[in-house]
Amino acid sequence: MGFFQSYRLRLQRKRWRIRAWRKSRDLTVVHDRTSQIRPSDILVFSTLRNEDVRLPYFLRYYRDLGVNHFIMVDNGSTDGGAEYLASQADVSLWHTDASYKRARFGVDWLNWLQMKHGTGHWCLTVDPDELLVYPFCDTRPLRALTDWLDASSIKSFGAMLLDMYPKGRIDQTPYARNQDPIAIASWFDSGNYTIERNRKFGNLWIQGGPRARMFFADRPELAPALNKIPLVKWDKGYTYVSSTHNLLPRGLNLVYDEWGGEKASGVLLHTKFLDTFTTKAQEELERKQHYGASKEYKAYAARLSDNPDLWCRWSEKYINWRQLEILGLMSKGNWA
Amino acid sequence: MTFGVVIMVHTAFDRAEQVIRHWVAGGCPVVVHIDQAVSATTYSHFQGQLSDLPQVLFSRRFRTEWGSWGMVQASQAAGELMLERFPQVQHVYLASGSCLPLRPVADLAAYLSARPNTDFIESATTADVPWTVGGLSEERFTLRFPFSWKRQRRLFDKYVALQRRFGFKRRIPAGITPHMGSQWWCLTRRTLAAVLNDPDRPTYDRFFKRVWIPDESYFQTLARLYTQQIESRSLTLSKFDFQGKPHIFYDDHLQLLRRSDCFVARKIWPHADLLYDTFLSAGGDATNGTEPNPGKIDRIFAKAVDRRTRGRPGLYMQSRFPNDGWENGVTSSPYSVFEGFTELFEDFESWLARATGNRVHGHLFAPDRAEFEGRQPAFSGALSDSATLRDYAPRMFLTNLIWNTRGERQCFQYGPADTEDISWHLAKDPNARISVISGAWAVPLFQSGGNFADLRTKAALLQKIEAEHLKALRSPHAKAQVQIWTMAEFVESPMEILQSIVETISTGSARRLTEAPRMVSLTGFGQFLQNLKNQGMHPYLMGDFPVDPAPTIAPTPKRKPYLVK
Repeated sequence: MGFFQSYRLRLQRKRWRIRAWRKSRDLTVVHDRTSQIRPSDILVFSTLRNEDVRLPYFLRYYRDLGVNHFIMVDNGSTDGGAEYLASQADVSLWHTDASYKRARFGVDWLNWLQMKHGTGHWCLTVDPDELLVYPFCDTRPLRALTDWLDASSIKSFGAMLLDMYPKGRIDQTPYARNQDPIAIASWFDSGNYTIERNRKFGNLWIQGGPRARMFFADRPELAPALNKIPLVKWDKGYTYVSSTHNLLPRGLNLVYDEWGGEKASGVLLHTKFLDTFTTKAQEELERKQHYGASKEYKAYAARLSDNPDLWCRWSEKYINWRQLEILGLMSKGNWA
Repeated sequence: MTFGVVIMVHTAFDRAEQVIRHWVAGGCPVVVHIDQAVSATTYSHFQGQLSDLPQVLFSRRFRTEWGSWGMVQASQAAGELMLERFPQVQHVYLASGSCLPLRPVADLAAYLSARPNTDFIESATTADVPWTVGGLSEERFTLRFPFSWKRQRRLFDKYVALQRRFGFKRRIPAGITPHMGSQWWCLTRRTLAAVLNDPDRPTYDRFFKRVWIPDESYFQTLARLYTQQIESRSLTLSKFDFQGKPHIFYDDHLQLLRRSDCFVARKIWPHADLLYDTFLSAGGDATNGTEPNPGKIDRIFAKAVDRRTRGRPGLYMQSRFPNDGWENGVTSSPYSVFEGFTELFEDFESWLARATGNRVHGHLFAPDRAEFEGRQPAFSGALSDSATLRDYAPRMFLTNLIWNTRGERQCFQYGPADTEDISWHLAKDPNARISVISGAWAVPLFQSGGNFADLRTKAALLQKIEAEHLKALRSPHAKAQVQIWTMAEFVESPMEILQSIVETISTGSARRLTEAPRMVSLTGFGQFLQNLKNQGMHPYLMGDFPVDPAPTIAPTPKRKPYLVK
């Protein structure tokens, strides 16, 4: 990469940081408990809207992994989720009614909060429907991973989005508060992903899975990106560029090995396809607040009316991280 | 008689304290070195914590940055203090704060007192060791390293390059041969005292001060001068990964560590409560002098390093996306591609599946859909049969298919009417076994019997594409195993060729073919080709076909007459 391009990326990074500062005026604090954060704490950052039913399990899942503090932005929830979050002892909550789209799908808000509270911490940026799975997550807490990453001088950890779905109609089994969503949406596609390199930012661009297969079979280039880099040892100059798909400086995007080896990586189990999805898709379509003119939701709406079954006879049922490792969806790398 | 432990601590003080108390309870005096970088309050607090133990002494502090001379100074000072203050000590064991004793202290004491003259120190000459972080082995001793490898890498590398360029070399002091090895050793009083009290020590110290990572070579080299008997291995189980940093042990390694019979392991994750609780609990069953046996742990960590450096061949995923040529196997296992066979035989797919026991697909790269076995809408890994999805990334479609079906050979058909994009990738893949009957694409045209002008255009196009494809298969860059027959050659002796193909790819033991696939009738095919020629097209890929084709399967020979006596 030439000097010119590297300078342009530097300018872009600065631009995103200024934008984050500008968009920070959207945010009003609901409950700020960030003074509790100790220097070695692991933090979760998340934006949400009307996810009340998922929150109890979400918080429990990450508390069990050893996350110490949650920094959340509530984008105008009307289902009581905000009140629930504000009452949690380890959650700091901000509120905004501003446009999700204009905040580049929440990235600006979180970039600001990460700049302010994330520096020096391992920061995990996930949506309430994303559950992180990493090598040895059944026997080792998240801190074991971050300590190992620290010792290996690794600053970012990739975890691809893996779409989980139930067998049968999406709305067949209702999801109850505090329930493990994987118990319902326990199936996934194991080997139909396509990968390309993004030359500008150096990250991989991964597509595929049930969404590409069912909703984008005729326009695969529009299928949603599944590559994610959710876990980063934050430093004040860092910014996420597009969702958590890539960051600047671009070195953070190099979570893959180019010389034949495998770096350690995890998976974000994406539990979007529960019974809540049908109403959510309809609502999001009306709000028009999603990426690429909400084309993803348009594609869903077009198919959802006939309630498609995402399951096929080659779907895999989720067991544990070792299964994902063997299938080649994630890797232990040299962590043993 | 007993042994003493020198412990180097710079972090995780609560764990270090636990381990120190364990050593002391086992009857070992301990000398502790605390990194100079540790703050004075932490230091004095830690000292206070251990003040109830008279057998624990604190040595003079040095800065013990990774790979620095301070590490050696610290062990020298602590070793001197140990020898001077604890005359009963016969062996000195160098350990770190993140080392964990796995066997009862008495076990180690017995082991050492049974070998009173043996120094346990890994020590090998530089020419013979593979661990060369930063690509430096012999040069560790002959160049100068004023810059930190961890913090000033660029300067470090530049300065090394500069010295190499001008052929700069330091002189190694007379009488020593550089040796290297694990920095965690256990030396006898006699050897350690001799090293520390050597009259030439200032010379050696001056030399090693400028050596890179001297803690891996100072004692390793000098012990060779005075030892009575060296066991060149460390009693501390400590594995390093490909970047030279130690592997870390967690709670889930408990059984592994237990069965290893090693005395001490490093490095233990400070939060591995189960490991600390288990191995430091009082008692523990004595294992009566069993030799340490780290073989299984070695294998696990060697595998991890292999996974990181070489990866799984044929896998493309979020954390493995090799540059061109670095795949270590374009696909994960061998597969077969057949071109022209389904055109020539009516039931080729089902016949091949029966004859070989492999998975046989139709034209996976057909224009309308991927023809999976049984024409199912999806296949292993939930690969869709949609042509659009497949043609979006044809190469990944292929690598995914082969990866998803590991352990089962895939066979599929290919021809000039299929997606061309994959042609070159097939040619480059050493796992591909490609059998081609060139020109067989003309058979369906011949059978279709449509408008001849259209057929002629189509034939010209298909011939052009196949010629291009054959060029790829014959190119010097092609790595696939390729066999090409012209159609004329093939129909001369089809069974021989089929037999040899089946023999090479059969899953079970190769059998004589008992059943032949049904060949389509080629009566009039020669005339069809002649007609194409008459229209000005030149069909050449099928070889020389006579206008009146010879019968393809020879008529059954008449039985010889014989007499019944």
